[in-house]
This record gives sequence, C-alpha cells and structure tokens, in this order.
Amino acid sequence: MHRVSVVQLSNGLAKGEYSSEELTQYFLEQIDANTHLNAFITVDENGAMEQARAADERRRAGDAHALTGVPIAHKDIFCVKGGRTTCGSRMLDNFVAPYNATVVERLAQCGTVLLGKTNMDEFAMGSSNENSFYGDVKNPWDTTRVPGGSSGGSAAAVAGGLCPIATGTDTGGSVRQPAALTGTTGMKPTYGRVSRYGMIAFASSLDQAGVIGQSATDVAVLLEAMMGFDPADSTSTDQPVAALGDDLSINISDLRIGVPDVFFAEGLDPQVEERVRAALRVFADAGAELVPVELPHLSLSVPAYYVIAPAECSSNLSRFDGVRFGHRCDDPADLEDLYRRSRTEGFGDEVLRRILTGTFVLSAGYYDAYYKKAQQVRRLITDDFKRAFNKVDLIMGPTSPTTAFGLGDKADDPVSMYLNDIYTIGVSLAGLPAASVPCGLADGLPVGLHIIGSHYREQTVLSAAHAFQQITDWHEAAPPKGEPS
Amino acid sequence: MSWEMVIGLEIHAQLATRSKIFSGSSTAYGASPNTQASLVDLGFPGVLPVLNEEAVRMAIRFGLAVDARIDQRSVFARKNYFYPDLPKGYQISQFEAPIVAGGQLTIDGENGTKTIRLTRAHLEEDAGKSLHEAFSGATGIDLNRAGTPLLEIVSEPDLRSAGEAVAYLKKVHALVQYLEICDGNMQEGSFRCDANVSVRPAGQDALGTRTELKNLNSFRFIEKAINVEAERHIDVLEGGGQVVQETRLYDPDKNQTRAMRSKEEANDYRYFPDPDLLPVFISDELIDSLRASLPELPDARRERYRDVLGLNDYDADTLTNSKPHSDYFERLLAHHPADAKRCANWVLGELTAALNKDNVSVTEARVAPERLAALLDRVEDNTISGSIAKEVFTLMWQGEGDADDIIEQQGLKQITDTGALTATIQAVLDQHPAQLAQYREGKTKLLGFFVGKVMQQSGGKANPGQVNQLLRDMLSGEPE
Repeated sequence: MHRVSVVQLSNGLAKGEYSSEELTQYFLEQIDANTHLNAFITVDENGAMEQARAADERRRAGDAHALTGVPIAHKDIFCVKGGRTTCGSRMLDNFVAPYNATVVERLAQCGTVLLGKTNMDEFAMGSSNENSFYGDVKNPWDTTRVPGGSSGGSAAAVAGGLCPIATGTDTGGSVRQPAALTGTTGMKPTYGRVSRYGMIAFASSLDQAGVIGQSATDVAVLLEAMMGFDPADSTSTDQPVAALGDDLSINISDLRIGVPDVFFAEGLDPQVEERVRAALRVFADAGAELVPVELPHLSLSVPAYYVIAPAECSSNLSRFDGVRFGHRCDDPADLEDLYRRSRTEGFGDEVLRRILTGTFVLSAGYYDAYYKKAQQVRRLITDDFKRAFNKVDLIMGPTSPTTAFGLGDKADDPVSMYLNDIYTIGVSLAGLPAASVPCGLADGLPVGLHIIGSHYREQTVLSAAHAFQQITDWHEAAPPKGEPS
Repeated sequence: MSWEMVIGLEIHAQLATRSKIFSGSSTAYGASPNTQASLVDLGFPGVLPVLNEEAVRMAIRFGLAVDARIDQRSVFARKNYFYPDLPKGYQISQFEAPIVAGGQLTIDGENGTKTIRLTRAHLEEDAGKSLHEAFSGATGIDLNRAGTPLLEIVSEPDLRSAGEAVAYLKKVHALVQYLEICDGNMQEGSFRCDANVSVRPAGQDALGTRTELKNLNSFRFIEKAINVEAERHIDVLEGGGQVVQETRLYDPDKNQTRAMRSKEEANDYRYFPDPDLLPVFISDELIDSLRASLPELPDARRERYRDVLGLNDYDADTLTNSKPHSDYFERLLAHHPADAKRCANWVLGELTAALNKDNVSVTEARVAPERLAALLDRVEDNTISGSIAKEVFTLMWQGEGDADDIIEQQGLKQITDTGALTATIQAVLDQHPAQLAQYREGKTKLLGFFVGKVMQQSGGKANPGQVNQLLRDMLSGEPE
C-alpha cells in the first residue's frame, strides 16, 4: 500500500475494499517503523483509531465526504483541541490547545482521521527543519540530508509513506521548498484563502496554510476542504472557492507560461536547471507558449522578506512571556527576570535571531529605513507580478536552487540558508498561489518545478500541475526503502 | 514673573458596546476575575482579532458631534510593550491613521466662551488589571477588562487653567453620554484622563517642558492635580531648575504628584500596522446615516431650554450638564409642556435633593418622571397645593404608592368647600382678636399672618387662593 493516493484511498473506502480502521492501523505502523525520520512530534494512536471507527460508522450510514476515513497529519502549528500543540518549540512543549484551528475543524467535519502532528522548524522559521526543539527531520530520499523546512515533517511523512497527505504552512516557501526537496506535491493558495485562525502566527501578513501530498489531484481535494471565508479571520477572503477536487481539466495548448530570466540566474544548480528546463519543454511540446517575463524587483525579495517577517514575528511572539501559558523559568527574581529567562530558555537560536532583527527594524529611528522601505519593495514586487500576469497565465521556474543539502551543512550560515528560499519568497510577498511538483531527479534527489498563478487562480495552478503529472510520472517516484539508520 | 499654564488632555472613554472590540466577550462591569476573557482576550496562540463594528460607529458618532474629519480609511496598529496585564505583548490601537481627526468643542471659560481644538480620537483596546493588594508577594491578573473598547480623545494644548481643563472634561463627559457611546461612570473607570501639563512665562510662545499626569478619574482630583503639578513646575523653574519630562501619578491623600517613570526608561513602542486587521473603510453612506441619527446635543438642548422654554441660564446649564437629569426633565415636560419652569424646579429642587440624600443616580430615581407628572397633575387641578405636593413626593419616594393613593389615604385633598373654609377662617379670627383689631386699624400686612394661621389649622390643605379671597372679604366686612 506504500504511497497510494488519497483519491485511490477514498475510492477503496467507498467500495469497502478496506476500512478506515485498517487504513489507520497501517499508517500508524508505518509511522512506528520510520521513527528514524523524526517526522512526527506527537502521534495519537488512540485518537486516530477512535476517529477511524467513527468514520467507518459514518460511511456505513451513507453520509460520507470523499475524505471521510482518510488518514492525514497536521503540521504541529495548528491547534488541535485537547492535544499538544508545540510549534516545534520548547516554549510550547507543555501547551495543550483548548480549541481547534479552523483548518483542523473543517477537515474533522469531513471525517478525516488525524494520525498526529508533524515536526517542523520552531515557529515555522527555517528552510531545513534543523530548528526544531524535537530534533532534525531526515529526508527519506537520503537520511543524511534535510527535508527542507519549515514543513519538513509533513514533507518527510508524505514522501516516506507515513501518511498519505499532510497540512503545512508557507510563510516564505515552507510548503513548496520541502515539497521540492522530498519529491512531493506542495501547494500554497492565495494569501487569505485558508483561515489562519488557530494556526500559530509567525508573520501574519505572509502566513498561509497549504498542503503537501503525492499529486495535484490529492492536494486539490484537501485544499478545497480547507479553503473558504472564515469570519474569525479578518484577512480571510470571501472570494468563491472553485471545485478543485472535481475539475482540474485544462487545455495546455491554450496556456501562456511566463519564464523569468531571474529564476535561472547565478546560484542555480546546473542539474536542477536542466530538469526544470526539461519540464518546461514538456509544456511547450504539449502546445503551451513559453514567454519571457521580467520581474525586475525580485532580487530585492529576500532582504525585504527578512525585514517584514522578523518584524511581524517579534510582535507575534511577544505573547510567549511565561505569564499565561507555555514555558516559565524557575523561581523568577522579578518580572524582568521572568520575561528574560522564560524567553531565553523557551526559544531557540533562529527564533531569537529573528525576534531581535524584528525588534531592531521596528524601533524608533529605524522604522522608515527598514520596515517601511521593505513594504515599499513588497509593493514593487507585487506590481511586477501583476504586470507579468497581464501577459501570461502562469509563471514557472525552479522551486529551490539546489536539491536537498546535507544535515548541518548550512546550520552555521543563516544567510546562505535564507537564500534557499530565493524563488519562493517573492511569491509569498505578493500573496500569490503557487505549487511545487516533482520534475526529475538529480543524483538520486528530487527536483521541484515551481508553478505560480495569479491571485485566486488556484485552479489554473493545480490544473497545470495535474496536466504535467498526466504526462510524466515523477510524482510517483518513491524514495528507496532504506534501512532505518 | 507671572506664569501661564498650558494643558492638553487625553481622555479615555470606555465605549458602551455589549461585547469587546476584538472578541465576543461581554464588557459588563464587576464580574469575577477572568470570567469575561475569551481566548482572544487571553492572547492564546493562533487566535485572531475581529473588529466590533459597533465601536467604529460609536467613534464616528463622536467625530461627527465635534465637527471632526472622519477619515474614510483608518488603520489599526500594534503598540508593543511587555506587561503582565497586556496579554498579547501589544495593544491594538491606532497610530498613523486614526478614525477621527481634528474637531473642536466650545467651553465656558473664565473669560467667556472659548474653543478647544481636538487633535484626534482613536479606537483602541483596554488592557487588563494587575491586582497587587489581594496577593501577598505576588500579583494577580484580571483580564476581564482586556479588550474593552476605548475611544482616546486627544486635545490640543489649548487649555490655560485647571478650571478650563475641568470645563472641557465635563463638556466631553456630557457629550459622550448624550451620544450614548459611554456611560461616563468615573468610579468604574469608564471615563478617565491623562493630563499633559507645562508652564511658561506669560506672553511666551514656546511651550515649556511638560509632564504627564496619569489616570485621573474625578473632576475634583483633576483640578487639584493640575494645580499642584503646575505649582511644582513653577517652583522648580523659579528655583533655577529644569522640569524633567516624565510620567507622574497624583496622590490625592497627600495632594502631591510623584514620578512614575522617566523618559529615559520610556518604552519604544515599535508601532506598526496590525497585519491581522485590514484597514477600515468607511462609506459616505454610513457617515450620512450616522449623522442623521445624531441626537440633540447638549449645546443645542441648552439653547432650546433658554430660547424656547424660557428657562434661565442657571436652570438650562444645570439641567443639560447631565444627560440623565435632562432626560428626566424631558419626560416630565412631555406631560406638562406648558410648565417648563415648574418642571425644572421639581427636577433641580425636590428630585435632586432626594437623590443626593439617598446618594443614588437619577437613572435610579425612586419616582419615575411619569409618576411625578401625575403628582403635578393634582397640583394643576387644585386637588392639592404645591406645598402638600412636596409632602406627597416625599411619601412617594419612601415607597408609599402613587400620588392619588397617597392623597386619598392621607386625606390630603385641598379644602375648597367655602363653608368649611369660612368656618376655619372665622375660628382663626376669633382666636386672634388683638391682631384683628390691628388689621382693622389699617395694619393690612397682617393678612399674611391670618392666611398662615388658616393654612396651619387646615393642615395645609386649604386652598390658599380661596383662603386669601375669603379672608379679604371677611376682613373688609363690618365688625360685629
């Protein structure tokens, strides 16, 4: 049953080929057999089996959703009522959420079975999943390598066959980059498409929930269930949601695909470039038109992002102060000591680095030079994309400049780590929907094709991804079943 | 040297919404600690604020009432600082784009009317409360107040004395109550203010260094605090020193101010637009409909009382200064439209005296305006006299029933029967032969003496007009 798609699982459940209980048992065993990947922070065997039995009951009663009984995993950034929600941080090691995130609630309503919570970079800050309080996640394709971050646990779990599909979150590329590095299909919709309520905030103006799965069709089914207006999130959009799960048909020969030069510039691994160009040829051979587009301000996206995201994070993470929930230091001498030690002990280095950066760029006298300027750059980047989308339906390029790098390789060089998201960050700043789909292997490691759409055009992005996956079978490539190291 | 005070006020008016500004929790006062705090008020991980539109409407109503500009786009910002009663580590407030900009109010200053300019009024959430007394060696946190909507009303430094500051404050206090956007309860902290105080040599344009007096919540303390602080500035300056810009607290027991924190320790609030809340766009339609729904405001009402109802300045001012009093008067007047002066006298006289005696507010008056109106009906139709009416009112206040019941039960009906009155008068005349003789000798001032005696004898029930008439007739008659 290794790597069976959600759509197939749903059909199998509907036909009674197996029960959700059996399915859930199977995936719990896979999780158990692959603990060396460190993909999960929390596994809820009892809860999952209970939900599976309820799902089987619901199927028998004839009131099933396509996802009823399908096992899933949530990135440990989503609050699940009564369950531990750590956000990959010591700060929240003991935190039991008293409520469900909207995403969790909506998927539970569909009858999905929650296997557990996946590992992640602390507070979603990172591109390698080496910043988790619960340890590094290993890439199933090569366990000496990173799976990418910050949704690395979800990506590794799907790639390794520990669960059929999982949620992730993407602030600067954290769904797409790990999807690229693990050979999975990952998608972030337009900013505001999925409610952020109950998703622990990193950078509110960028955070967007997404999905990591095995194919565009699988991702479409789960995304459709997650998307839609939520009155509890003022930034969620009330634009109508297309029936993604039902309709990913597209005529490729009608597509105009923008290819920015800037995506193929210095720093791109030649093998990655070769695989991505081959993927573009697949579209061209099928009749799509490849059009050069200009994104003149994209080179400013990494610096702009590393001003805006830390600024928002420094404020969002202020609530972790040791007073009401989360880690509190022992025997504080006074209030100042309580704050200082609780936060120093509770947060890891990368989080502290970004809080300090954010505090600096927002402080009096520097606000205009950094934060305000970065917002102006963000506007320019958004306008670049808008202009490009006047000419083309989609923009494509590589998702990540390299394949999965070795654990520890970049751990001491944050700037080099930040550059790993060079292709994804601009898209996040502009709030656009984008997916990463597997498009080849380089030295046995997956390469991702980045498909970017205009605002609210999730259906076009996923349809193109689906069309590509009908022509190619890279998404079916599974990592070698290695021995647990 | 003669010194001039320069004062600007920042008023915090708690808006009278039912729920909080960014959550559905109740805003009711006085509940057990932390029972009115939702996950949003507690700042739990993952929760998000949703703006209460009623708070926006209330802010716009205020802006329209002070002739301010309502900006069609306003932005919520985060004001970042750490404090245990600030759950999120930031307060959601407005900074660069407040909802109300400019505006003005007229006050009656020491030298006639004076216009005070407003800088702005913006929406923000209140913080919780730290409880130090009840927990020895520790601090308790009550987050019931966290997220309560506040309108911060900032004036230009146009005020020149503590008296002007209080006049302005009272004006705003009355206005927010007329607009029904704030209950004005200063004891409960629903209406409080910070005062920025500085002094400068009279005639100088440049402003002196200011200090900020925090959390003043009674008109009396505000006046005393400003005066004592200005005197402190003058003492410092005349002693050759310099005023330090700082935040100070007023201690009413000692009538002194003391430093709270100095500017050196002042927070850098790192304001930035709150990414969880989209900018607020206000349509012309909303502004127009709110403008059309504005009630009669205190200035207009006072003018009407003077010009249309013919009340004197004192009555008009006193009534309109307090919306509850004025509303009581309006309801009474509705039953006795021709008797504005009498209605005003009752509200400002008997009613106010009774309220003060029992220390209750007019909204809790034990005699509702409609019941008082029924009492006045009995005066008008001569069932009882004005002085008996006061007695009846006291009995009504004590819960003895309605006017008619009391008049009936206590037998207070005015005596208008000529026969009975004549008999009483005759008895009085018989009892006072000496005075009668003096009257007849021309000392006609004694008429009042006889009237008094007759009223006394009748237990106040005799109709005074009739008594007068009958007395005159009987006294002018020939001696028997």
